[in-house]
Amino acid sequence: MSKPLLDLTQLGMRFPTPNGEFLALKNVNLQINKGKFISLIGHSGCGKSTVLNLVAGLHLPTDGGVIVDGREVAGPGPERAVVFQHHSLLPWLTVYQNVELAVKQIADQYKQGAETKVWVKQQVEHYLDLIQMTNAADKKPDEISGGMKQRVGIARALALRPKVLLMDEPFGALDALTRAHLQDSLMKIQAELNNTVIMITHDVDEAVLLSDKIVMMTNGPAATIGEVLEINLPRPRNRVALADDPNYQKYRQSVLRFLYEKQSKAAPGKPVKEHTTSVPAKSA
Amino acid sequence: MSSNVISLIPSKQMVANKSKLMLLPLIGILIFLMFWHLSAREVQTSLGTLPGPSQTYQQFTKLVVEHFDEREKGHAFIERQEKRNAEKLAKNPDAKVKIRPYTGKPTFFDQILTSLVTVSAGFLLATAIAIPLGIVLGLNQGVYQAFNPIIQLLKPVSPLAWLPIVTMVVSATYVSDDPMFAKSFVNSLLTVALCSLWPTLINTAVGVTSVDKDLVNVSKVLQLSWWQHIRVIVLPSAIPMIFTGLRLSLGIAWMVLIAAEMLAQNPGLGKFVWDEFQNGSSASLGRIMVAVITIGFIGLLLDRGMLQLQKWLSWNKQQALR
Repeated sequence: MSKPLLDLTQLGMRFPTPNGEFLALKNVNLQINKGKFISLIGHSGCGKSTVLNLVAGLHLPTDGGVIVDGREVAGPGPERAVVFQHHSLLPWLTVYQNVELAVKQIADQYKQGAETKVWVKQQVEHYLDLIQMTNAADKKPDEISGGMKQRVGIARALALRPKVLLMDEPFGALDALTRAHLQDSLMKIQAELNNTVIMITHDVDEAVLLSDKIVMMTNGPAATIGEVLEINLPRPRNRVALADDPNYQKYRQSVLRFLYEKQSKAAPGKPVKEHTTSVPAKSA
Repeated sequence: MSSNVISLIPSKQMVANKSKLMLLPLIGILIFLMFWHLSAREVQTSLGTLPGPSQTYQQFTKLVVEHFDEREKGHAFIERQEKRNAEKLAKNPDAKVKIRPYTGKPTFFDQILTSLVTVSAGFLLATAIAIPLGIVLGLNQGVYQAFNPIIQLLKPVSPLAWLPIVTMVVSATYVSDDPMFAKSFVNSLLTVALCSLWPTLINTAVGVTSVDKDLVNVSKVLQLSWWQHIRVIVLPSAIPMIFTGLRLSLGIAWMVLIAAEMLAQNPGLGKFVWDEFQNGSSASLGRIMVAVITIGFIGLLLDRGMLQLQKWLSWNKQQALR
């Protein structure tokens, strides 16, 4: 078996707060092979976003480490592109310019000198075509719908040709129909490019439909990986056909059981966040 | 009751709205003029009664006439000089001819021009300092915390307090036999710049600090260079705040300039007001009134101009600007 592309080892994250340290994440171990689609699922506040930020390099871990393709993550970079929850397109640039900005950042790795300009143009057009946004290339983000914005956000991330594509609840802010549409698009793109993807989601159906593996996280504080579920459904997957598939139902059931039986949210009124003030005492 | 018939005659409501837009300000102005007219008559000063709108208007026409008279005199002077020189040269081709500029007294409109040039120069200097400094302060919390007390301390200082210091420093350091700018110009310029740079500085810093965190993350993931980060992410985000600062700064610059000109005898509208005050003729109060209205009007135009510039430069065309 080949070495995994992505290796999280004993990953932990403590945030300083006025009342002492807050242990958000501990002992996260996860290996991901190239070309796999992984979903992170769990209740809000369980540290899913923290995991993603650690892989992206936007935060640096206080314990353990992240290795991508044999190198430890020491900061953010285009080889770990992020699709943000709220698209985060630059509102003063057109759709084309937003993708172009990303392509230009990696252009010198692929082309030098006079060819660069042509290459950049080709790349931008290619990715806009991939997400079917060629017609809206000259629109500003304010002039297009939420689903379209998120498509452009995905195109911008893909245009970086990342080793790992990180998606932070990419469809969370969209209505159900648009979401389904974008999920289908994403599956098509994924079949074509075969990226390695980590996606955060709240949506059980989305997780089962898209993923090769679902990583379920326990509730915070001190959140960690609870269960890992391999999804062995044949691709291409069709949401309508899968609805009656017994395997699909089984996968769905086990994720639901984890979320609502084993990890049901603490009763309201009970403090969810506990601060670990006594951390240094242990090491003495 | 609504009907589906589209009428070509504008509805009553639309007509009313449009007329309101024109009529109400007009009524406001008329009421103000009436009030001015009636109350000015009652105020007796050592220079006669306070001028009302009609006297002020008279003085304005006089100022216009004076301006053209002065221009004519200037032309006549140059013409005479050229004629004289030509005659001299005709008699003796080697003769040295002197060309003197016309040194008549500056008219009201010359003073307006001088003031506008000075305020633009001072404002541009303030902007050139405040925006880059504001960006540095906004990007770096440490620098911001270090300099914030100083900024807050210097911000409320009145131009009248700066002026003596500026004057002394300028006369001590700006020494040359053939200065490019008059000392009085440098004095006003520096005073204006010192007083007007604070709103731009603070607003730029705040604008830069409040850049959307997601966009900062985008910049990090794309590994934009420092300069690209400023140009593509920071500046466009901060533009609305920067312009708010610029508009405040320009308003202050204009106010400060008039005060500085009055106090330091720098040429300009302020000096015009002061000279008329010292002059003390029966026309003086009317002329000062003209100057006051002109100052207000130019201040308004400057602000509107800045607003237009903002509308033109801002990426967010939907944003309501007023």
